[in-house]
Amino acid sequence: MLKIGVPSKGRLMEDTFRWFGERGVEMQKIEDREYAGRIDGIDGVEMVLLSAGEIPRELAAGRIHLGVTGSDLVRENLAAWDTRVEPLAPMGFGHADLVIAVPQLWVDVDTLDDLDAVCAAFRARHGHRLRIATKYHRLMRDYLRQHGVADYQLVDSQGATEGTVRNATAEAIADITSTGATLRANHLKMLSDGPVHASQATLFRARAAAWDDAARATLARLSAQLGLA
Amino acid sequence: MSDAPDKRAERACAEDLLTAFLAAGAERVEPDILLPADTLLDLYGEDIRARAFVTQGPDGGEAMLRPDFTVPIVQRHMATRADPARYAYAGEIFRRQTRADRSAEYLQAGFELFGGVPADADAEVFALIQAVLAPLSPRVATGDLGVLTALVRGFETSERRRAALMRHIWRPARFAALLDRFSGRTPVSPARAALLAESDPMAEAGAEIGLRSRAEVEARIAALRADAAEPPLSKAQVDAIGALLALDMPSPAALVQLYDIASEMPGIADAVDGVARRLDALVKHGIDVSALPFDGALGRGTMEYYDGFVFTFRLAGRDDLPPLATGGRYDALTRALGGGADMRAVGGVIRPAVMLAGDAPC
Repeated sequence: MLKIGVPSKGRLMEDTFRWFGERGVEMQKIEDREYAGRIDGIDGVEMVLLSAGEIPRELAAGRIHLGVTGSDLVRENLAAWDTRVEPLAPMGFGHADLVIAVPQLWVDVDTLDDLDAVCAAFRARHGHRLRIATKYHRLMRDYLRQHGVADYQLVDSQGATEGTVRNATAEAIADITSTGATLRANHLKMLSDGPVHASQATLFRARAAAWDDAARATLARLSAQLGLA
Repeated sequence: MSDAPDKRAERACAEDLLTAFLAAGAERVEPDILLPADTLLDLYGEDIRARAFVTQGPDGGEAMLRPDFTVPIVQRHMATRADPARYAYAGEIFRRQTRADRSAEYLQAGFELFGGVPADADAEVFALIQAVLAPLSPRVATGDLGVLTALVRGFETSERRRAALMRHIWRPARFAALLDRFSGRTPVSPARAALLAESDPMAEAGAEIGLRSRAEVEARIAALRADAAEPPLSKAQVDAIGALLALDMPSPAALVQLYDIASEMPGIADAVDGVARRLDALVKHGIDVSALPFDGALGRGTMEYYDGFVFTFRLAGRDDLPPLATGGRYDALTRALGGGADMRAVGGVIRPAVMLAGDAPC
């Protein structure tokens, strides 16, 4: 049996069901049983309803063969994510951009280049590294290392991240934003380099799952039905 | 995770190396495995979190499982400041690995030399590591980041630009981007041009929130204006960087090239003399330098903060494995840890587990 993990509730679940439905694979929750579902239109596939946040871990452990979750959650929660899972299809919903924002006061800061230069001056002046509040530690660290930004520190913020600058617990933030309105209301602006990561719901394959002949054959049939290359 | 017999062999190998280092006059040191995280974070920045295991320390603060021996040994040395001083150690290192085939826990054996005459100290450490690895016929690489830093320090440009380049010596991509910008190869962005053209750039500034003050923003705008008025880095200076980083040949030929670069860029003359003195010292230690490779870019892109002589030993034909040994001079790191400008240090570490993969193990 090929196990596929899908989000267990909300908009993400509904969009996932619709995406598969449009490709002839009908998914539905079983009434009265919260985390059980049925799947029609394809044989040999079992559906497991899970919290979207748990799906990366289940994929990494190989307890499910396939899973639908945000690409941001996979990259944030799995070290060397591309060695653990393979993205099979971006699904075109659940869009969310992780962006870096700084105070609007900083008219001199437009790009990562500027941020890096400000980090150096800030450390020299204040005696500690410039603090960026976020809950996306791995994504941010990888991104800033890749772009050679130094002399910053990440401080953990699990909510109300936009308020940390005003409260002087951080100098800049990195957060998921769907509109810039919240940022503006908090006197912040995005850097112009583009998002740290443009996330969307994605169908992933777990490299560590039990890929016996039957599972492989089922995946081949499912891929054909879903129109995956 | 390794089997018990592998672990025993690794430990026996580390003990043999330690014995050899002690015979070379070193004092044995045994730094803690659990280290306060603050110093390491201040030194290496946030990147160290991706490479080290961070945990809760006994005093409630953050602690790290020892990611290398250098920092605790420098701190220990600062208490005595003997000159010269030689230390040897063997013990566990813990590193987060992104590749499943690399161990997160392994042994290192190392030798560190503080003080002394730099060329002689460099040669002593290199010759010692070379001697214990010789049975494996390793592939050797050497370089000298002191030439690169001397070149940058000698640049005819603003102190601000020199400082910006120095800060990113160990981040090749950012260093290259800065060079492109300072030499005018990257055009000024429209946003930057607009900011500089503004008669009152703070007119659009938002509310004053956060620790970075309005005065700091204004100070940077003034600095950006000064920088915009600065002439671009000359082509000769940029070409000298390119020529230095491209050097990859036996040391005697590389030395000739370095003197060529120095004739255009007199700022590196002392550093190049240092390379020559080290080659002489290596000969005195019995090293055949005629075929000793010199790589102008070696040692960048590591987080080790080497700023002078650097070397790497690898098992020939096994580029899939980490190096057998790495080492170099780290005067800047000792300065950053509060050692003062006069404290100099050079050292090298060997990985017994990689030696065991060779034909003539330990």
